[in-house]
Amino acid sequence: MTANKTVSGAKGVPMLEVKNLSISFGGLKAVDSFNVTVDKGQLYGLIGPNGAGKTTVFNLLTGVYKPNTGTILLDGENITGRKTIEINQDGIARTFQNIRLFKELSVLDNVKTALHNHHRYSTLEGILRLPKFYKVEKEMDARALELLKVFDLDQQWNYKASNLPYGKQRKLEIARALATDPKLLLLDEPAAGMNPNETAELMETIRFVRDQFDMTILLIEHDMKLVSGICEKLTVLNFGQVLTQGDTSEVLNDKRVITAYLGE
Amino acid sequence: MMSFLSYFISGVSLGSIYAIIALGYTMVYGIARMLNFAHGDVIMIGGFAIFTAVTTMGLPPMAGILIGVVVCTVLGVTIERVAYRPLRGASSLAVLITAIGISYLLQNVALLIFGSNSHQFTSVVNLPNLVLADGKLNISSTTIVAIAACIVIMIALTTFINKTRTGQAMLAVSEDRGAASLMGIDVNKTIAVTFAIGSALAAIAGALLCSAYPSLTPYTGSMPGIKAFTAAVFGGIGSIPGALLGGIILGVIENLSKAYISSQLSDAIVFAVLIIVLLVRPTGILGRQINEKV
Amino acid sequence: MDAKRIRIQNGITYGMVIAFWVVIQIMDKTGNLSSLLKGLLVPLCMYAILAVSLNLTVGILGELSLGHAGFMCLGAFSGAFFTNCMEAAMPSAGLRFFLALILGAVVAGIFGLLIGIPVLRLKGDYLAIVTLAFGEIIKNLINVMYVGRDAAGFHFSNKDAMSLGMDDTGVVIVKGAQGITGTPRAATFTIGILLLLLTLFIVLNLINSRTGRAIMSIRDNRIAAESIGINITKYKLMAFSISAALAGMAGVLYAHSLSTLQATSNNFGYNKSILILVFVVLGGLGNMRGSIIAAVVLTALPEMLRGLNDYRMLIYAIVLIIMTIFNSSPKAIEMRSVLMDKLRHKKAAGKEAA
Repeated sequence: MTANKTVSGAKGVPMLEVKNLSISFGGLKAVDSFNVTVDKGQLYGLIGPNGAGKTTVFNLLTGVYKPNTGTILLDGENITGRKTIEINQDGIARTFQNIRLFKELSVLDNVKTALHNHHRYSTLEGILRLPKFYKVEKEMDARALELLKVFDLDQQWNYKASNLPYGKQRKLEIARALATDPKLLLLDEPAAGMNPNETAELMETIRFVRDQFDMTILLIEHDMKLVSGICEKLTVLNFGQVLTQGDTSEVLNDKRVITAYLGE
Repeated sequence: MMSFLSYFISGVSLGSIYAIIALGYTMVYGIARMLNFAHGDVIMIGGFAIFTAVTTMGLPPMAGILIGVVVCTVLGVTIERVAYRPLRGASSLAVLITAIGISYLLQNVALLIFGSNSHQFTSVVNLPNLVLADGKLNISSTTIVAIAACIVIMIALTTFINKTRTGQAMLAVSEDRGAASLMGIDVNKTIAVTFAIGSALAAIAGALLCSAYPSLTPYTGSMPGIKAFTAAVFGGIGSIPGALLGGIILGVIENLSKAYISSQLSDAIVFAVLIIVLLVRPTGILGRQINEKV
Repeated sequence: MDAKRIRIQNGITYGMVIAFWVVIQIMDKTGNLSSLLKGLLVPLCMYAILAVSLNLTVGILGELSLGHAGFMCLGAFSGAFFTNCMEAAMPSAGLRFFLALILGAVVAGIFGLLIGIPVLRLKGDYLAIVTLAFGEIIKNLINVMYVGRDAAGFHFSNKDAMSLGMDDTGVVIVKGAQGITGTPRAATFTIGILLLLLTLFIVLNLINSRTGRAIMSIRDNRIAAESIGINITKYKLMAFSISAALAGMAGVLYAHSLSTLQATSNNFGYNKSILILVFVVLGGLGNMRGSIIAAVVLTALPEMLRGLNDYRMLIYAIVLIIMTIFNSSPKAIEMRSVLMDKLRHKKAAGKEAA
C-alpha cells in the first residue's frame, strides 16, 4: 500500500505551522500564544499535566473551537477559522481522548463512512442501485479492508464497533482517521487505558503508519515510555502556555518539565 | 382599554394554571429526565375526583380539593413505582412510550367510569366577582384565586426546595444522579417525592382549570397538559421560575390571540411563539446552556 | 462485503409484505375477508408507510420527531386538492391519483426541508416538542383555510367561504374545518401495498448506501462524524425531508380512501404522531420490518378487540405499558439473558448426556 497524495506545498514548508494561537473561555486563557512547527514526516509529541490545554489545541486545530488570535498553516495553506469538515478535507484527521466510534455500525462501515468524501456516488444512484453504486461500494470495501488489515482488524470486519475490545477500538479509530487520507494525523492519548503490552504494540503501529503512509503525526500522550520511545520532538504545555519545546531527550531532561509534572 | 385589561388579566390567570401544571413537568424532567406525557391526564383524574366528591357526594369544595390532592398524589406515586421505576436506566424513548401508555390508560379508565359525555363542573370558588372602575372591569373570583394559588405555590415550593433536606436532595439528584446516590441520597425516594408533589399540584391545577372551563371529559387534561409542557420548555425545562414565566407568557399570548386574532388560530400562535423562542434560545428563556465536551 | 446478508434480510421484508398481499387476495377471492378487515386494509398500508418513514428519522437519524402527522396532513390536503381541481382537465382518476401522490410527497418533502433547516439544530426533547408544535400549527392552519376557484382563478381566505369573493362559476374546494369533500376513493389495497414496497425500497436502499452510513454516523457520534468530513446539516435535512415526503405520500393515500377529508385532531393531531412513534419504538429502532409488523398488529389489534367494546383501548394501553417494560427495562433484559443462558446450558447438557 503506498500513499498516493499529491505534494502540494514545497519540500521545505513544514506540514503544520501554528503561530500565536490563543483562546479563552469566560476570561480563562485555556491556550495562550501557542506556537509549534511540525515538519513533514515527523512524529511530534504534545505533553503536559492534566488541564494544560492539550486537547484544546487539538480542538483549535480541527476547527471545533475558533481561536481568538493566531494562525494555523497546514502545508503552507492558511486554514485558520475553517469549519471542522473543511479542515478534514484540507488534510487533518484526528482521534479522540474518549473513544468516539460509530457504535452501532460494523467495524467495516466505520471505515467506509470515513471514505465518504473520496469514494462518491449520489444518493439517487444509491437508492436506485445503479451500476456506479456497486462499483464504488466494491472499491470502498477493498480500501477499507486494506486499512483494517494494517491494524489487524480485518478478521473482525463484521463486528459491531462497540463489541470490539478496548485496545482494538482505539486502533479502529486510527484506521478511520486514516481513511480520510490526511496529511496530518492527530492522536489524542492513543495509549490511554492500555496495558504495557498493548502500548508497546501500539508504538509499533504508530511508527508503521508514519513510514507506510508517509504520515506526519502529532500526538498527545501521558505515557512517557511511549513519548520517549517514538516522538522525535516534543512541546510541553503548562497552564495553556508553552513551557518548552525541542528534541525529545532534551525536553524530558529539562528541570522545568519535571517540576511541572511533579510540583516543587 | 378596559377590555384589553380584562383579557390580559384572564390570560395571566390561565397562565397561572399552566404554570402550576408546568411545575409538575419541569420538576419531573429536572429530576428523572423524562417527559411525563401522562401528567395532563393526572389533572383530568384530579378533576373527576373533585367532581365526584363535590357534585355527586355533596361535600364542600375544600374537602373535594383535598380528596383530589390525595387521589392524584397516590396515583402519581403509584404510576412512578409501577411503570417508570422499572425503566430507570432504559432509553428515554422507552420511558416516553410508557408514559404515553399510562396516558391512554388513564383516559380509558375515566372513559369507562364516567363515559365520554361532558360533565358540568361546579366551580370550587364561590366568592363574589371583583368589580372595578365602575363596573367596566369585572374580574371573576376564579381568575383571582388562580393567580393567588400560583403565587402561594411558587413561594412554598421555592422555600421547600431551598430550605428542607428533601428539597436539597431533589436539587442534588437533578444536578447529578450518580454523585447524589454516592453521597447517600436515596434517589428512588427523591424521585417518588417529586412525583408526589407534581401530582398534588396537578390536582390543584385540575380544580382551577375545571372551575374556569367547567366542562369535564376524559380528554380534558390532554391539551392543557401539552400546552403546560410547552410552557415548561418555553421557560427552560428544569427551571421553576422558568415554569412560572413560561406559563404566564403562554396564557397571556393565548388569551390575547383568541380575543384579537382568531380563536381557531390561538393554539397555532402559541406554538409558533414557542418555536421562535427555542430557535433564539435553544434551551428556553431561563434554561441552562449545555455544551458537549469534545 | 455485507451485501449478501443485507440482501437476504431485505428480501425477507419485501417477501413478508408480498405474502401479506397474497394471503389477503386469497381470502378475498374465497370470501373469507370480513368487511371489518376489508376496511382496515388501506389504513394498514398507510400506517406501515408512516412507521417506516418515521423510523428513518427516529431510528436511523436518531432524532425524535412528534410531528409526523403534520407532514401526512400536508400530503393529504395537497393531494386531495390536486385531484379535485384536475377533475375537468384530467378525466382519468387513476392518473390524477398517481400525480397527486407525487405532488403530496413533494409538498411534504419541501415543508420537511423548510422546517428542518431551523429546527434540526435543536436536540432531543426540544426537537420533539418543536416538531409537535409544527404538526399542530399545520393542522390548525389548514383548519381555517378556504380555497375556491372560479373563472378568474383561485381565491384564498382564512375566514369563511363568503369572503372568497367568487363569481357564480365559483366552487369552494377547501372548506375550512369541513375540509375537502368528494375526493374519488381511488385508493385500493393493492396500491397501498405497492406504495409500501416503494417506501421500503427507498428507505432500505438509502440506509445501505454511502448516504445511509453518513446519516447513521451522525446518530452514533456527531462530533466524530464531523471530524471525518461528514456534512451534518446536509444529511440530517436529507433524512428528515425524505421521511416527511414519504409521510406526505401516505397522506395522499389516506385522502383517497375517504369521502371527506378533515384536519381534525383525530386525523392529524399530535396523538396520531405519537401513535406512529409507538409503532416505531415497539417495532425496534432502525428495524423497518419491525415497524411494519408493529403497525399492522397494533392497528389491527384494537379493531379485532371490538367485541370487547369499551375495554379494548384499556387493554391496548396495558399491553403497550407491559410490552415496553418487558422490552426495555434493564432488569427485564437481564432476566431474559439469564433465562436464555440457562436454556442454552440445558441444551448443551442434554447434548452431552446424549
